[in-house]
Amino acid sequence: MKSFTYERARSTAHAAAAASQPGVKIIAGGTNLLDLMKLQIETPSTLVDINHLPLDKVEETTDGGLRIGALVRNSDLAADLRVRQHYGVLSRALLAGASAQLRNKATTAGNLLQRTRCYYFYDISKPCNKRVPGSGCSALAGFNRIHAILGGSDDCIATHPSDMAVAMRALDAEVETIDREGKTRRIPIAEFHRLPGNTPEVDSTLTPGEIVTAVTLPPPPPGTQVYRKVRDRASYAFAPVSVAAIIDNVRGRVRSARLAFGGLAPKPWRVAAAEQILANTAADARAIDATADAALKGARGFGANDFKIPLTRRTLHGVLGEIART
Amino acid sequence: MDMDTPVGANALDAEKIVGKPLDRVDGRLKVTGGARYAYEMQQDVLYGFVVEASIAKGRITAIDTYAAEQSPGVKLILTHRNAPRQGNGNHREAHPVLTGPLVSHYGEPVACVIAETFEQARAAALLLKVEYDREKGHYSLAHHLDLARIPHQPDGAPADSEIGGFPGAYADAPIQIDVTYRTPLQSHAMMEPHATLAVWDGDNLTLHTANQMLNQGRQVVARTLDIPVEKVRLVSPFIGGGFGGKLWVNADAILAAIASRYLKRPVKVALTRQQIFHVTTHRSDTIQRIRLATGSDGLIVAIGHDVFSGNLPGEQVYEAAALQTRSLYAGPNRQTRHRLVPLDIPVASSMRAPGESVGLLALECAMDELANKLKLDPIELRIRNEPAEDPEKRIPYSSRHLVACMHEGARRFGWDRRNATPGQVPDGRWLVGMGMSAASRGNPLRFSKAIVRLDPSGSAWVRMAMTDIGTGTYTILTQIAAEMLGLPIDRVRVELGDTLFPEAAGSGGSFGAASAGSALFEACEALRKKLADSVGMDAGTAKFIDGHIVTGERAVSLLELVGDGVEADGEIKPGRNNREFSQQSYGAHFAEVGVDRDTGEVRLRRMLGVFAAGRVLNAKTARSQAIGGMVFGVGAALHEDLVLDPRFGYFVNHDLAEYHVPVHADIPASLDAVFISELDQHSNPLKSKGIGELGICGAGAAIANAVFNACGARVRHYPITLDKVLAALPKQA
Repeated sequence: MKSFTYERARSTAHAAAAASQPGVKIIAGGTNLLDLMKLQIETPSTLVDINHLPLDKVEETTDGGLRIGALVRNSDLAADLRVRQHYGVLSRALLAGASAQLRNKATTAGNLLQRTRCYYFYDISKPCNKRVPGSGCSALAGFNRIHAILGGSDDCIATHPSDMAVAMRALDAEVETIDREGKTRRIPIAEFHRLPGNTPEVDSTLTPGEIVTAVTLPPPPPGTQVYRKVRDRASYAFAPVSVAAIIDNVRGRVRSARLAFGGLAPKPWRVAAAEQILANTAADARAIDATADAALKGARGFGANDFKIPLTRRTLHGVLGEIART
Repeated sequence: MDMDTPVGANALDAEKIVGKPLDRVDGRLKVTGGARYAYEMQQDVLYGFVVEASIAKGRITAIDTYAAEQSPGVKLILTHRNAPRQGNGNHREAHPVLTGPLVSHYGEPVACVIAETFEQARAAALLLKVEYDREKGHYSLAHHLDLARIPHQPDGAPADSEIGGFPGAYADAPIQIDVTYRTPLQSHAMMEPHATLAVWDGDNLTLHTANQMLNQGRQVVARTLDIPVEKVRLVSPFIGGGFGGKLWVNADAILAAIASRYLKRPVKVALTRQQIFHVTTHRSDTIQRIRLATGSDGLIVAIGHDVFSGNLPGEQVYEAAALQTRSLYAGPNRQTRHRLVPLDIPVASSMRAPGESVGLLALECAMDELANKLKLDPIELRIRNEPAEDPEKRIPYSSRHLVACMHEGARRFGWDRRNATPGQVPDGRWLVGMGMSAASRGNPLRFSKAIVRLDPSGSAWVRMAMTDIGTGTYTILTQIAAEMLGLPIDRVRVELGDTLFPEAAGSGGSFGAASAGSALFEACEALRKKLADSVGMDAGTAKFIDGHIVTGERAVSLLELVGDGVEADGEIKPGRNNREFSQQSYGAHFAEVGVDRDTGEVRLRRMLGVFAAGRVLNAKTARSQAIGGMVFGVGAALHEDLVLDPRFGYFVNHDLAEYHVPVHADIPASLDAVFISELDQHSNPLKSKGIGELGICGAGAAIANAVFNACGARVRHYPITLDKVLAALPKQA
């Protein structure tokens, strides 16, 4: 671990200004960043601590949604009564992630900004385009059980590991940010994480110095909300596949469907065409197959992750079947 | 004493204290932080950080230490250029480090940076630039079976065994099973990372180090550093788990010793969690072919077990997965063979129940396959093949209650509710199944000594170079001394973990309690005799009760006898009993799993182990040991998989985020272990048998068999992850 200086941000604007300097990293929960620093994957010269900034509230918005402060801890967000009542998919996704201890520390913004768990990314002696651009991707022809079947490139097939972000994708959340000039903007979550293309080192569409201040949720959508995380062990494991589903069924027919997938791609994966196929059907086996076909369009396995394709189909069947029965 | 004759009635039989579920005597220390581990000893020290080879095979061509040397706090950078000449041997004999430019496996230490603080050492270590010439190596067991050779382990069982005529008998039998199972590379993943504090006083070396077998470790250190063994002291009063990963001396100890000698200051070296996977040992993966042949009556006529495992060239340790196959079931024609493939990956060595734990993952599933083929209940198949004597050694068993364990387990678990046809028991989205397995583990005894002293206050202390790696050794030794001397628990103090104390077996191979406990028993017997003699009582009939020695109506307080203190030694050695009786502990596992019909996720629902392992010395710690072993079995069946990347010759998932062991949520509340009553007259004076590894033996197979029963997926390549189950799942409506 490289030595670094530690500062406390005086304000959100100060944090953003500081973060625009080279070598500066913002630290909140630190549940991912500190690991990365110990392994010398991240080597900031300065850490700017924002934990004491007033970004830790969950507030109702005027349009009936929720505004979640960047520093709201994952545990607190999952336990928030409004989230539990109206955004069950988010609460369940949060509780499916990490361990209780990590959730107590991890923040909303930090969860969105966590790095991939690709094995090769975590070992500085191995080629990795995300860590060292141009060094090559070790996962493509290596052990890629946890890697992407969708959205990857010839340079990188790392997945985004978050559960929370998958639920937020289904909820059409927006990410609020502030930049060094104090300018704010709202980024639809669909555009927040980016696909690797030939610049896999850039995970998000944040500009240098731009920091996340909140995540807003629109008013709760109608329908049943489900988060189904498939996992290799019952706790503390990243999802090979997860599904955030919000299905509005009326008298046995799907009126509207939202389906976001985790574990499959460099970002939460949502395919409008798949949702449209499912809409106005009875969610019978044929309709689900067609939905899965659309959701998995272009999917490609790299060996150890081939199973994710049939697993996604089966999981979708399971989730939609369960919703249909309730 | 030498274990040459059956043990008659003795003072432990009263079981007033021994056997009781006493809380750990060191429990409070452990939960309050009062138990200090190697890395916590002495604060005014220097810190070393290991630099690992980032290639698997080749030669170091350059080491640029300049930037690291300029880094704050750095005192020394050890590399092969300045490391002293050291003694060598296989990993059980010596552990030389930084011996030259050759790299023999990935993660082999190529340097150690010593600085004023741990953080400075780590920062500087990452500034070191090492260049290599890579050579081609052999990494994958499956790809290099052609290199297999017959291993020769001088102190171990022979690699092969042959009884009757296996090939012909197998070929002629009407019912045959010929299956190949594979078990993965595994890592011990104990809680406490390997750590050492080295302190030199003149030419005397003290190592505070996490090590399971101190007397053996002392020999290894002495040989490696080329110093007299008397000059080496190992201290290890508390160890945060070992599972075999701390049986031998590791690089942390030798690097700390060398650095400390150079710098004339105490040096601590600990491995990071990630480093442990490559710098220390692991369990080899195995490829096991099992052939079973029976008549239509289910009686085995031929049993064959061929095992491949890997290790570094020059190492003799192989995964003895067929050892239990030699004694578990009857059958006139038998063949077991172990082959070792030289591989350029880190040293493979013992991990909890080396041999049996993975051997039974294969054999006990093959037995399940056989039962299925014969349409016999798996318990009935095993009962039909219960041998009257050890079928290969042709000697009697010292005690064997496998059948009783199976019956008791079946009764408690509700085995009669099992539907023998797979895939027939739905529960919501789950498919539920039951499986069982036999458990068997060898029962070794090792030389051990102990000293016990009764001091003028009437309290006793015990000293021996035994270790407690979290198993409860302090507690059971306290119970033995208290029972033998008629003292309450709080009047007995047991001191372990120091080679200044009498030599002891250490913790490994499930021999710890039997060996150390027997030595202590003998020491207590000698002390009883001294005390009885001093008042003219017959030691054979005198009783030690409540601080008194009692014969008939006469009772003398020990306080009157003790004077300035009385002490006695005891020792135990294996003897004829260990050759003339086939000694194993036995048990039966029962597991119930749910398999998600959509995703193939396997979740354990219930599990029960029933064991017969001689006298239980502490009902609570014994149960904990058994449960711990069963949890290990859950990991072996469902989770643990150290993945080799043959391009780099390294283990890809070398951290606990991606090397999965079971966590709390994977272990159901309904997981229990019970012991049935057994005393073994031939095992040792305690009449106990080893239990530290019995719990893992067969546990994973019971789970695998339950998975088959639940959904029809027979996965022969462990661990049973969902991707291997998917294909067998029912079509979705």
